[in-house]
Amino acid sequence: MPSKTIIKNGRVIDPQNNFDQVTDLVLVDGKVASIGNVDDTANATVIDAQGCLVTPGLIDIHVHFREPGQEDKETIATGAASAVAGGFTSVCVMPNTVPALDDAGRIDFVYNQASKANLCNVFPIGAITKGREGKELAEIALMAEAGAVGFSDDGCAVASAGVMAKALKYIQMTGKVVMQHCEDPELGGGVMNAGPLATKLGLKGWPRVAEELIIQRDILLNRDTSARYHVQHLSSAGSVEMIRRARETEWGKQFITAEASPHHLLLTDEGCATYDTNFKMNPPLRQQADVDAIKQGIKDGVITVLATDHAPHTTEEKSLEFPIAPFGIIGLDCALALYIKALITDNVIDWPQMIAMMTCNGAQLCDLHSKGHLSVGADADVTIIDPNMDWTIDKDQFASKSRNCPFHGWDVTGRAITTIVGGDIKFNLAEERVTA
Amino acid sequence: MTQAGSDYAWPHRDLLGLEDLSAQDIRFLLTTAHGFEDVSTRSIKKVPALRGRVVVNLFFEDSTRTRSSFTLAASRLSADTLELTGKGSSVSKGETLTDTARNIEAMGVDLIVCRHSHSGAAKHLAHAVNCSVINAGDGQHEHPTQGLLDIYTLCKRWDLMDTMDLTGKSVAIVGDIAHSRVARSNIHGLLKLGAKVILVGPPTLCPRTFESLGCEVSHNLDDVLPRIDAINMLRIQFERMTSQFFPSVREYAKIFGLTGKRITKAKPELLVMHPGPINRGVELDAAVADGPQSTILEQVTHGLAVRMAGMFLCLNRQSNPTS
Repeated sequence: MPSKTIIKNGRVIDPQNNFDQVTDLVLVDGKVASIGNVDDTANATVIDAQGCLVTPGLIDIHVHFREPGQEDKETIATGAASAVAGGFTSVCVMPNTVPALDDAGRIDFVYNQASKANLCNVFPIGAITKGREGKELAEIALMAEAGAVGFSDDGCAVASAGVMAKALKYIQMTGKVVMQHCEDPELGGGVMNAGPLATKLGLKGWPRVAEELIIQRDILLNRDTSARYHVQHLSSAGSVEMIRRARETEWGKQFITAEASPHHLLLTDEGCATYDTNFKMNPPLRQQADVDAIKQGIKDGVITVLATDHAPHTTEEKSLEFPIAPFGIIGLDCALALYIKALITDNVIDWPQMIAMMTCNGAQLCDLHSKGHLSVGADADVTIIDPNMDWTIDKDQFASKSRNCPFHGWDVTGRAITTIVGGDIKFNLAEERVTA
Repeated sequence: MTQAGSDYAWPHRDLLGLEDLSAQDIRFLLTTAHGFEDVSTRSIKKVPALRGRVVVNLFFEDSTRTRSSFTLAASRLSADTLELTGKGSSVSKGETLTDTARNIEAMGVDLIVCRHSHSGAAKHLAHAVNCSVINAGDGQHEHPTQGLLDIYTLCKRWDLMDTMDLTGKSVAIVGDIAHSRVARSNIHGLLKLGAKVILVGPPTLCPRTFESLGCEVSHNLDDVLPRIDAINMLRIQFERMTSQFFPSVREYAKIFGLTGKRITKAKPELLVMHPGPINRGVELDAAVADGPQSTILEQVTHGLAVRMAGMFLCLNRQSNPTS
């Protein structure tokens, strides 16, 4: 018997198809079967979505699941559990594992582990260079064949202009996206934003120019190549300006994109004032003018993707002294509520634009063509969101293995209540709404 | 010496930085130090103020003079002392700073004096333990007892021990400001007591961001010399230089060193300070270091009294802590 799920009376938002109305969504055998009112609910699981948003399954194109090699921080299974708990049905994992995801066998490994976990879709990003050392190109085409959906040396930039020029050309052949962690290693390498607070605290600064220089360089390098070039987790007002200028041309609109992370929308370097390592990120938290510019960039369509940079670390590691504690925070469990707070509650953008930034925009970037939208025949990945649910972020309730979260204790509004992957409910906070 | 007010009580469990202290706190501590100063001149150099208390010197960085000064200060107050040398926390597996501190505290310790190469380490440690913590230097952040002994030295030389009001006085700090915890503690303390602070050095070591702390930043020592009352010549810390911040020692000494010739541009009563150890011929030439304007050895002597006061106050603070 075919499996059938009917999601009734929700506000269905499908930005790719420019669709936004209260109606029913029918999923059959892991695919979207129809959108529109249905009365016949025989032999179907019915989910009452009254008062809720029904969206394509949320996609996060920038997470770290630490497997292989650092399973004490996170595994693909625990990361995937964290994803579905946050409403995410697909994630792209960065290759800075130990060893790095720099050959086809390791790309296979990620798919195998994800398949065993059987929670959400996990798509690997391959390393650009062998061992992420920035010297020799990794076997990019073989990784693309094995299913790598993009390439990055995330955690650091490809620092050499010569290697980066080659990487852009070579990856362009595969058609995949090139993602860059923009940090000049000689100018960057500090532990917090360079500025008055770093001066006072006696901590090494990581100035904006270290990010902006790489973005500007890469845009120039890409002029004659036209690879799809994507700036990861941008942090400064100047970076937004550079992407804005590039995207004012048709060429730039097609080939230059950028993403923003929740912490760069909600926090500033003031969080570092007490040496709290949960405010140590790379790129670092900057200042209110940068936060404002990133939000303006989102409003204007300069930044088109929201991505968490979910970066789990053990409590022991984050308990080290600030200069040597690792960078990053986890994000999947609570990202949706944080985006709502920064962008919807603050009237920066509307729901369809925000959902686009969390679904189809990332899907298109990573060539996930059957995902990120609700066209008939698309994969039945769906997220049901209660936009009015008030809750308190509690790191001890997270599905992630790690607890490094500066948002612990925040009162927020809006939460994914049901996460459906391939037609199956993988996470559900609202049993009372489901009739089998 | 009533400036602290009769209802004032020292409120801090820890002494982590001068940024955390009020002007009143600083004056009270220095007044207390003044009371302790003559202990060192008696034939029996000991008072029972901390008898039965245990002070641990936990140094993760090499230090001879600061460590000795703390040890002597503790013994003059009759405290028992324990000398420990830590290996800094490693990023790989190993005992963390927090674990080290808790283990030491579990031995029944009243006060930990900590020096560490990482900024924020003293605060980190204070957060982990219930006993008192005195910061003997954390990375490039603060070195509060050095800042206090420098200010104490100035107040004594200027005969300002009764008010400790430095309004109208200008103090220059010269050298590697960016990497200096001594500079930061001096800046916070001097500004709180009303002095003007001018920082001098090449832009690579003395960046404009320090203006945000309320200082003037200059790159020209000769311009600054005539309008200051004291000059604190920081040591060039060759061991902390992770990259090239100036082209050569020769060039640095020529442009920013204080020589007998250059000092003639200053007021004749200019005080010359140095936290030691001196690189003779780099920051200071011998004529200046050993001249009548030099306060260098007084600074060392005053360090004892200031550290006695810090230990005494932190271990005898009133309940209802704010630290």
